[in-house]
Amino acid sequence: MTRSALVDKVAEKVEGLTRKQTEIVMETVFDSIKEALQKGEKIEIRGFGNFRLKTRNPRKARNPKTGESVDVPAKKVLHFKVGKELKELLNP
Amino acid sequence: MTKADLADAIFEKVGLSKKEAQDIIEIIFDTLKQTFKEGESVKVSGFGTFHVRKKAARRGRNPKTGEDLEISPRKVITFRASNKLKLVIEQ
Repeated sequence: MTRSALVDKVAEKVEGLTRKQTEIVMETVFDSIKEALQKGEKIEIRGFGNFRLKTRNPRKARNPKTGESVDVPAKKVLHFKVGKELKELLNP
Repeated sequence: MTKADLADAIFEKVGLSKKEAQDIIEIIFDTLKQTFKEGESVKVSGFGTFHVRKKAARRGRNPKTGEDLEISPRKVITFRASNKLKLVIEQ
């Protein structure tokens, strides 16, 4: 399912909201999450899951072609943890 | 950030009432959950993809007691950030 199919489904369920408005709502939701992550915030959606950033330590790696050692800087990766309610819904 | 903050953002940007904003947040995440329940993955362009993965049953061990046990087959959700989102996070 894609974003637009998701908009359709949600628009169907909400009375008095046009598809266009639903689209803006959806965009606001994902943009807000993105902005919060940019600030390094944790996002906690009860019943669904959490998004948070994890830090990967800097490390030394090798270029497999030349064998030369390269420094890989520290970086942040996004981690999604499934919420309890969703886990139970998937595995009754 | 919680669902309440998301509802506030919608209240400010879209001009729905607070109650309507809260309701629609619930509906969005409920719709996502139902979709996962049906085993379908969801791709949100510019954000990322939620994949539903089916794990087969396997043998495991209780690390505390050392007891052998069967781990039941289950569904898990994995989230992969889109390249756009990865760039936003890296900065």
